[in-house]
Amino acid sequence: MTKSPLKKRAKASNRTIVPVGPKPVGAWRGRFILIGFAVLAALSVSRAFHLQVIERDFLRSEGDKRQVRNLTIPGHRGAILDRNGEPLALSAPVSSVWVVPDAVLADPESVKRLAEGLGRAPSELQTFLAARKGRQFVYLREQISPHEARRLLDLKVPGVFSESDFARYYPAGEVAAQVVGFAGRDGIGLEGMEKAQEARLSGTAGNRRVIRDRSGRVIEDGGEFTPAVAGESLNLSLDLRVQYLAYRELAAAVAKTEAKGGLVVIANAQTGEILAMAAQPGFNPNNGDARGFAAGIRNRAVVDGFEPGSTIKPLLVAQALELGLYNTQSIIDVTGGTLQVGRLTVRDIARRGEIDLATLLAVSSNVGAAKIALAMGAENVWAGYQRFGLGEPVFSGFPGEALPVLRHFTDWGQIATATASYGYGVSVNALHMVRAYAALANDGMMPQLTLFSDGLRAPPQRAVSPATARQVREMLEQVVAEGGTGKRARVEGYRVAGKSGTARKVAATGGYSANKHQAIFIGMVPVERPRLVGIVMIDEPKGQYYGGQVAAPVFSEVMQGAARLLQIAPDAQPVQPQMIESAALPSSGVTRR
Amino acid sequence: MALIDVGGQRGNPTLSDWFERWHIDSWTLSLLLILSGFGMVMLYSASGHDLGAVSAQAKRLGLGFVLMILVAQAPPEWYRSGAGWLYGGTVLMLVLVLLLGDSAKGAQRWLDFGVMRFQPSELMKLAMPLAIAAYLHQRTLPPQIGSMLVSIVLIAVPTGLVMVQPDLGTSLLVVAAGGFALFFAGLRWRWILGAIAAVAATAPFLWMRLHDYQRGRILTLFNPERDPLGAGYHITQSKIAIGSGGTFGKGWLEGTQAKLDFLPEANTDFIFAVIAEELGLIGVVLLLLVYLAIVARGLLIALRAQDTFQRLLAAALTLKFFVYVFINIGMVIGLLPVVGVPLPLISYGGTSAVSLLVGFGMLMSIQTNRKLLAN
Repeated sequence: MTKSPLKKRAKASNRTIVPVGPKPVGAWRGRFILIGFAVLAALSVSRAFHLQVIERDFLRSEGDKRQVRNLTIPGHRGAILDRNGEPLALSAPVSSVWVVPDAVLADPESVKRLAEGLGRAPSELQTFLAARKGRQFVYLREQISPHEARRLLDLKVPGVFSESDFARYYPAGEVAAQVVGFAGRDGIGLEGMEKAQEARLSGTAGNRRVIRDRSGRVIEDGGEFTPAVAGESLNLSLDLRVQYLAYRELAAAVAKTEAKGGLVVIANAQTGEILAMAAQPGFNPNNGDARGFAAGIRNRAVVDGFEPGSTIKPLLVAQALELGLYNTQSIIDVTGGTLQVGRLTVRDIARRGEIDLATLLAVSSNVGAAKIALAMGAENVWAGYQRFGLGEPVFSGFPGEALPVLRHFTDWGQIATATASYGYGVSVNALHMVRAYAALANDGMMPQLTLFSDGLRAPPQRAVSPATARQVREMLEQVVAEGGTGKRARVEGYRVAGKSGTARKVAATGGYSANKHQAIFIGMVPVERPRLVGIVMIDEPKGQYYGGQVAAPVFSEVMQGAARLLQIAPDAQPVQPQMIESAALPSSGVTRR
Repeated sequence: MALIDVGGQRGNPTLSDWFERWHIDSWTLSLLLILSGFGMVMLYSASGHDLGAVSAQAKRLGLGFVLMILVAQAPPEWYRSGAGWLYGGTVLMLVLVLLLGDSAKGAQRWLDFGVMRFQPSELMKLAMPLAIAAYLHQRTLPPQIGSMLVSIVLIAVPTGLVMVQPDLGTSLLVVAAGGFALFFAGLRWRWILGAIAAVAATAPFLWMRLHDYQRGRILTLFNPERDPLGAGYHITQSKIAIGSGGTFGKGWLEGTQAKLDFLPEANTDFIFAVIAEELGLIGVVLLLLVYLAIVARGLLIALRAQDTFQRLLAAALTLKFFVYVFINIGMVIGLLPVVGVPLPLISYGGTSAVSLLVGFGMLMSIQTNRKLLAN
């Protein structure tokens, strides 16, 4: 305690120290040096003051420029789902790894390690990088799993970076390819619903302020954060099960008939929701860049116009009934099988004598249709088609719809009136016909067709009276009956109504081609209270080309499966009627008239 | 507590007795310890929380302090008699370095003795003031033209050898060490002015002789934006680090320029920028005060020295130390071109710390071997 060094020191300093030896040469030299040092020290401090006080804000912002980055967080793109929530398009997080070639090449050891990580030969990577020397951004691996990217980054090779993104997957593949479309690698929809619903599907990118080191690695979050907003998911009206059926049967038929293509659309007759929309040829939306050039990209059901041919006749007959000019008992004389209208000769395939309207449709008599049309006059025919929406777009929600061509009746002569009666000189897309037949199926109320299972829809419009609709439906049932042109469209257990059509295609040289046809069948199931309405069209089948031969079997297969999947009660005469209580039977009158 | 002071003279040795006995100057020791301790704290931050680096540095400093105390035990006369041999041996090693030295970062500076690698130029920082002081000790002062010319040759030869390695920073320190000894010996002003004029006259020639990178550094000093990614990169990043510190700094371990790898050589030559960023202007001023206190103590020792050799040696060592500090800080804050000079006792690296501490050992020897006449 008492031996304080301080005390001791105080004692020691009391001694007088007398240096022995020469006096220092010129004390002013010491002072000069001291002053010089003081000046240098002051210079240093003033410089530090300048930097740290005066230029502080500028230099801080310069530092921030180098260290703080705003990272864009990609917004998750909404999924596309079918009506039951089955995924048609999904986004999954992926990473892409990129390099600055010069930075990697700087150290041979880096090249070696990176090559090992990639599972490639170092020489191969060396060549790859050397060919891209001087570039600041070269993809090494694109859209790989985040786990795989992490593994490459963990090699800690300088000049290797990654970016996060989402990749789009289409679980249904080809099945719904044309409807769903696809998005490009930048996540922007390029085709189909992906394009049409871009605004809804695309997420809003968020922002994250982070601190990064010189190699670009994120060291810490800077706090400020704008979360990414995921895009909305989109429920289509499609039922993937029905869609798959349609796809499978269509693909089989197109292959079997060696056709150029084809389409199938199945819709809910009452609500107008499209349950299936398939087209051939197809493409695989998962197939990267090749898909952009695929021939099958076209959603034929919407974007292709065609002449409906005989499938338009039920609409003509409905108009004739609606106007009261004809009734179910009316007889039309088609004896001879030809009708001369100006220089046009209308021909029937099957020659008949006097027939009623049901038979006219069953045998698809062009002569009979032409006679009715000429009797009704151009204006009434045109008005009838207008009632069924053949002059207006469908607005199903799919982009690039083929607009109908239904010239005003004032432009029609006798010939145009006659040909319009059996579906020539009129161009529509497949959805027009589905919509028109849906009106017949729905007791005259024509629904708005849609590809969405939600959202607002226009209410159904009345096309014809319920009585007319029922009468035409019953006539169309005869088409599918034994002896009708559409008998191969029959669906076991159900009463089917429909109409076949075979349209010669417009030749490139003008006029109609002699050997290129479109085989069409449009129908509904079950007749008593139709739930489903559908169209099948086979484009340029080889060999057989009648709608009843080529398209009707596809209709039958698809409807068979769809009716079962959707649990639609069978309405055909039961094999063992005693098993059903008579009170539970649907009201009779079905066979009335 | 305030008891009568009886302990010290009653044979119970006190701390200061102990210091005196071991020829330790407590002022110098305390200041050096403060500096070294502070240096290790900052090194921990600058090296990115690398305790390994800190402990390696602690070992080197420990070795340096031990050597310092050992050197302090020898009376100054021993240095004087050994000065010539040391000088001659070091010059020889410098020649050897040029002939068969190891290269590091493009310069030949190292001699490999198997067990350790060694930088003779570092030793020259000690040998030079010793040699000049010992030489001038035997001459009449102020130096006549003959002894002055000899001194200039003694300075010029090793300086040239270091310069061609090339190591501009060390050669500056070697010149400073010798030059200050000469200056304190009483070099005439007209000769000093003449030398300055001569340097100015030969500057263009020297400029031509400089390596491209050296020239680049000097040009960059005046205009760092000349080549912001190349020669200007160091100084730009350093200025950002210092400026970001502001008055009070970002706080210890809170600096970002070094941690994020933007500041090059953050734990060696540019550690001052880390200090400035984390401790601000306050820290900078305090650090400078510690350095100035050491210099003041050294000059005091020089003034009290008892013969020419001791006085010149003490002054040269002290002034060299200051030049060391100023060149480093000047370079980091952008007053001087970038030359490879570490911040004494703070920068990571052993050789310079050890040679500096040995120099302080000599100062302590000078201070504690004075023949005192008690009143």
